[in-house]
Amino acid sequence: MSHDVKVIDPRYGIVAEFEDADLLVDAARAAKEAGYKHMEGYSPFPIHALSDALGFRDNRMPWIIFLGGVIGGISGYSLQYYVSVIDYPMNVGGKPLNSVPSFIPVTFECTILFAALAAFLSVLALNQLPQPYHPIFNAPGFERASQDRFFLCIEANDPLFDNEGTREFLEGLEPLAVSMVTK
Amino acid sequence: MTREAPPFELLIEGQQTYASIDQKISSVVLDQKRHKKPWYITIGIAFLFVNVLMMAVGWLLYKGVGIWGNNIPVGWAFDIVNFVWWIGIGHAGTLISAILLLMRQQWRNSINRFSEAMTIFAVMCAGLYPLLHTGRPWVAYWLFPYPNILALWPQFRSPLVWDVFAVSTYFTVSALFWFIGLVPDFATLRDRSTNRAGKVIFAVLSLGWRGANTHWHRYEQAYLLLAGLSTPLVLSVHSIVSYDFAVSVVPGWNITVFPPYFVAGAVFAGFAMVLNIAIPIRKLYKWEELITLRHIDWMAKVMLATGLIVFYGYVLEAFFGWYAGTKVEMALLWWRFKGPYWWAYWMLILCNGVIPQLMWSPKLRRNLTVVWIVCFFVGIGMWLERFVIIPMSLTRNYLPSSDKMYYPTIWDFAMFFGTIGFFFFLMWLFIRFLPVINMFEMKDLLHKLKTDPTKPKKPVGATKTGGGE
Repeated sequence: MSHDVKVIDPRYGIVAEFEDADLLVDAARAAKEAGYKHMEGYSPFPIHALSDALGFRDNRMPWIIFLGGVIGGISGYSLQYYVSVIDYPMNVGGKPLNSVPSFIPVTFECTILFAALAAFLSVLALNQLPQPYHPIFNAPGFERASQDRFFLCIEANDPLFDNEGTREFLEGLEPLAVSMVTK
Repeated sequence: MTREAPPFELLIEGQQTYASIDQKISSVVLDQKRHKKPWYITIGIAFLFVNVLMMAVGWLLYKGVGIWGNNIPVGWAFDIVNFVWWIGIGHAGTLISAILLLMRQQWRNSINRFSEAMTIFAVMCAGLYPLLHTGRPWVAYWLFPYPNILALWPQFRSPLVWDVFAVSTYFTVSALFWFIGLVPDFATLRDRSTNRAGKVIFAVLSLGWRGANTHWHRYEQAYLLLAGLSTPLVLSVHSIVSYDFAVSVVPGWNITVFPPYFVAGAVFAGFAMVLNIAIPIRKLYKWEELITLRHIDWMAKVMLATGLIVFYGYVLEAFFGWYAGTKVEMALLWWRFKGPYWWAYWMLILCNGVIPQLMWSPKLRRNLTVVWIVCFFVGIGMWLERFVIIPMSLTRNYLPSSDKMYYPTIWDFAMFFGTIGFFFFLMWLFIRFLPVINMFEMKDLLHKLKTDPTKPKKPVGATKTGGGE
């Protein structure tokens, strides 16, 4: 047969719906213990224990924001230095051209501004937002994930994923419903 | 201190579920029929004053700043008074959303969203004044450093340039902080909308937010760090505003106590404004179960505490005037106490020093009418404070030629009441079209209150958690 035809897997994953946050955390923990790696929890509000339970760690954000602040501070001060010392030196009230104390407020504001912009842009970029389409929205009842339901999705690209086995595993976790999600 | 708390001391009252919280908050946006006469009457009056503002600004652009009462030696008057007043009012929003977040004060959850909106609208009103005071607002971009063929750069040793940077940074950061907090709530509104228009609009605004754990994880990192950045920012903004005065040599202005005293005054005025708006809207939209008497009580306490700091500032101002030992500082003190503007000074002491002392009484702190009236007086008092500082110092200076009275014109008042109308106009649009209370934070709070083992089951929110008392 023609071996260069790539079959697209239409499955995105199997999703289980839970009634409260703690059930989702327990389920995530159980799934991690069972060896699943590619999974994601969905909840209407942040659950601190969930990242641990899913084994998710990402500390890039604080560094990006820190870097933003450093760049902001350096640019703020350099701008003032360039303007007041290099490009247009002018004696104001007998103060030195490089008036360090007077340059602090603007340097500080630029630090904050750049760090805040870095925070805003990086939270969107790392989360890949805006994103108009995502397969998880095909899950039945998923509109309640932003309201009062908690979802755990084990994704089809997980090495342990298997239509029957994963479904049975999720059904053992006391969910309200379990359903297959297609792309 | 542990005490048996009466049932009205809860952070969330009634039998609530996630769904009931969503319903209470989102229906104000999604069910437009909930807006009845009070909404239309308020926004109607506000819109009237928006028109007054447009007239005042239009006439100003046509004639120039000469239509105001400002004249040498009083170059700064209503415009700067109002600028400082509005900026100060905005600061409560940042304080509630950022500083209380860092201090883990969960009671902020039901009031942070609309006080952040208040910040943004107040800064918009504030920004108008220096912009128009430049006289030629169409070249206001000269205030920013940009490469140009005029060889024109801002003078970075001037507090007025610091102000430009501080206020524009403050506005940008407040707006980003506000929007990022709104995104998850937009997702809830998207999913709750029943009509096509609502679904599309909120889908676009929510940026495809799906509440994934990775989203929340990074959201919380960003939100916490933004709070950490906003906290020094808000302190710096009003400090820099006070440098506009403190860095000069004008009597009554050249005082080192200005930065902390201005920041405390800002929080004082801001909390008063939050209460002035929160009390009517919680009644209007039946949010008594979400903005409880406990919230009102604590806000009144913060107001009282900052009010005492401000009063301490007044005492120090008088002390410095005497301690400086110069004739001109003493003359200014007497000018304030007994000069032709004596009524402004003593009204200020009455509004900011005397009337807020009512808030010592727990009973009065829970009497909404009393709290509202006290807050109203605080608003007036804080405006008078800036009036006492700004034009009064300029009318009694080093030179005899400075001895001249200042009288505002009708256009000064038109502009002032116009911005108040503009502020309420924006606030009321916000109430109608955006979620006024943070839905996901309230659900998070409900979850914590339900499951937190360190707290007794009932009364849930009444144990002492640290600040606020």
